[in-house]
Amino acid sequence: MEHFLAIVVGLMVSAAFFLMLSGILIRFVFGLILMGNAINLLIFTAGRLAPVNPPLIGAQQSLLAAPAANALPQALILTAIVIGFAMTIFLLILLFRTHDQTGTLDADQDRFVLETDETDLPEITGQKGKE
Amino acid sequence: MTNLPAFPILLPLVVAVLFILARVKDRHAGTVAIAGALAHLFICFLLMAEVMEQNVIVLWVGAWPFPAGICLVADYLSGVMVLVTAVIHTAVVVYAAKDIETRQIKAGFYPFMQVLTGAICGAFLTGDLFNLYVWFEVMLMASFGIMVMENPAGRLTNAVKYVVLNLLATLFLITAIGLLYGLTGTLNLADLHDKAAQVENTALFTSTAMLMMTAFGIKAALFPLFFWLPAAYHTLPAAVAAFFAGLLTKVGVYALIRLFTLVFVTQTHITHTILMGAAMLTMVTGVVTAASQMDIRRILSFHIISQVGYMILGLAVFTPLALAGTLVYMVHNIIAKSNLFLAGGLIHRATGTFHLSHMGGLYKTHGLLSAGFFIPAFSLAGFPPLSGFWAKLLIISACLESGHYTAAAVAAAVGLLTLFSMAKIWLEAFWKQSPRKVPLPLPKNHFAWMMAPVLCLCLFTVLLGLFMEPVMQLSLAAGEQLMNPAAYVRAVKGGG
Repeated sequence: MEHFLAIVVGLMVSAAFFLMLSGILIRFVFGLILMGNAINLLIFTAGRLAPVNPPLIGAQQSLLAAPAANALPQALILTAIVIGFAMTIFLLILLFRTHDQTGTLDADQDRFVLETDETDLPEITGQKGKE
Repeated sequence: MTNLPAFPILLPLVVAVLFILARVKDRHAGTVAIAGALAHLFICFLLMAEVMEQNVIVLWVGAWPFPAGICLVADYLSGVMVLVTAVIHTAVVVYAAKDIETRQIKAGFYPFMQVLTGAICGAFLTGDLFNLYVWFEVMLMASFGIMVMENPAGRLTNAVKYVVLNLLATLFLITAIGLLYGLTGTLNLADLHDKAAQVENTALFTSTAMLMMTAFGIKAALFPLFFWLPAAYHTLPAAVAAFFAGLLTKVGVYALIRLFTLVFVTQTHITHTILMGAAMLTMVTGVVTAASQMDIRRILSFHIISQVGYMILGLAVFTPLALAGTLVYMVHNIIAKSNLFLAGGLIHRATGTFHLSHMGGLYKTHGLLSAGFFIPAFSLAGFPPLSGFWAKLLIISACLESGHYTAAAVAAAVGLLTLFSMAKIWLEAFWKQSPRKVPLPLPKNHFAWMMAPVLCLCLFTVLLGLFMEPVMQLSLAAGEQLMNPAAYVRAVKGGG
């Protein structure tokens, strides 16, 4: 099972990287989501997989019965999912606003890149106009 | 057991919540933020005093026992970093009171700053790897918020670069955490120190170390992962840029120091050799690229990168002296760098531009600002008796002592090139005849208010240089503590 999941994780990560390396940023978002899921799967696998009981403590017991699944990776994954969700939403909104400003999400296009290099001149004229 | 390590994290978060719940009016926002920052500074000072007495303070949050809970650990390194964070936060908030515009306050500038400060302190104090990841995320979110608020048109593309690369770093980090957990079965840093020595699969262990190095290398702006930094920093308001420049990359450096002195210490011939190569390339590329720039903020941004190289070099040499040098360098650099960005903002106010060729004559018109720029700039370049000189001296002598002659030569040469860049700013902005016929009219009282934090930080730089003896003793103690983590591990494991 571990070997199989390792291969799945590998495939997902390579697909994610393929998407991320594209200059079009919306593909980056998909890559990011895919990679996030791949990594969650990796943490899950790293916590050892075995056909055992769910990690629940019975009503009369104070300790976990011996052959139970590892609960910690699940807690880690849950945290990672929540954080990843927030980050993805933020990134989507940021890209939406960027698209408003630049009219493109293709990072290779001039109108996306150029504005960062022209910060000096408009600033001077802007300041002069103000004062 | 004391609860003290929790307060530097809690207080800013509480103040941030207060801002929202109490609906602090815009005109009071600055005052509230300054009060919060001063209280935070006081608590961090208390924590540092406590650390000086007890060496290592451990707090098990929620009193969960040793392997299950999350702990906060304050040793010398953490204590110093938290204190410096509080100092910079205070300086920046005081400066921001006159620098930040009302619309930025409305967008939530102050709560974001508080959350960011709390998260940075959390990252410095946590003793748990996954908790470190969480604090990094909180830090990222707050910094994203500040970065995108009220950006003039077109500037969002810079934020996109910052966000995208940092998200990628986060993914690397969480991957490495997952693998490390699979290898050792623990995420507590002190426990990892013990378990790491028993790991049999050294190949996977070293790969995990490299993933971790990549993740924090992006955050710390190491070569070749630094490209987001100059793109993002040079469009920010001066107060924000000062805070980011001083602290955000240093959190990455801190994490590298913590992990590569506590956890990844079994394969130093691989990991620390790579760190050394990266450090030297970082120093050189940063400083060479800075030399070709004409925008003050860009020059300073590239110097952040080159300075990070020095800190990592100290870590790579991996002797108590070198780590002491790294600590001194971090403290010196955080103060000087934030100060330079604040002074840069004032230069912008005085001349209306950040471009060196459009300014000049500031030495004649703004004497105090000249001093406020001169001291951190030449401290950065390593002039005795300022703090930067001692920091460089420590690192270079540690290199020589352990036989890394190339690294020592590179560090010295980069120091010279730093001097070139700082002298360039000095010549162009302060000594050259101003190209502007009529000087800009200045709002005088604002200027005086904003000069105050700049001069205070200058004073710190000078004092740090003049009273190097006690500082050196403290950092040597910190270096010893980092090289021999037995006391740290004992404090954490015994506390549960």
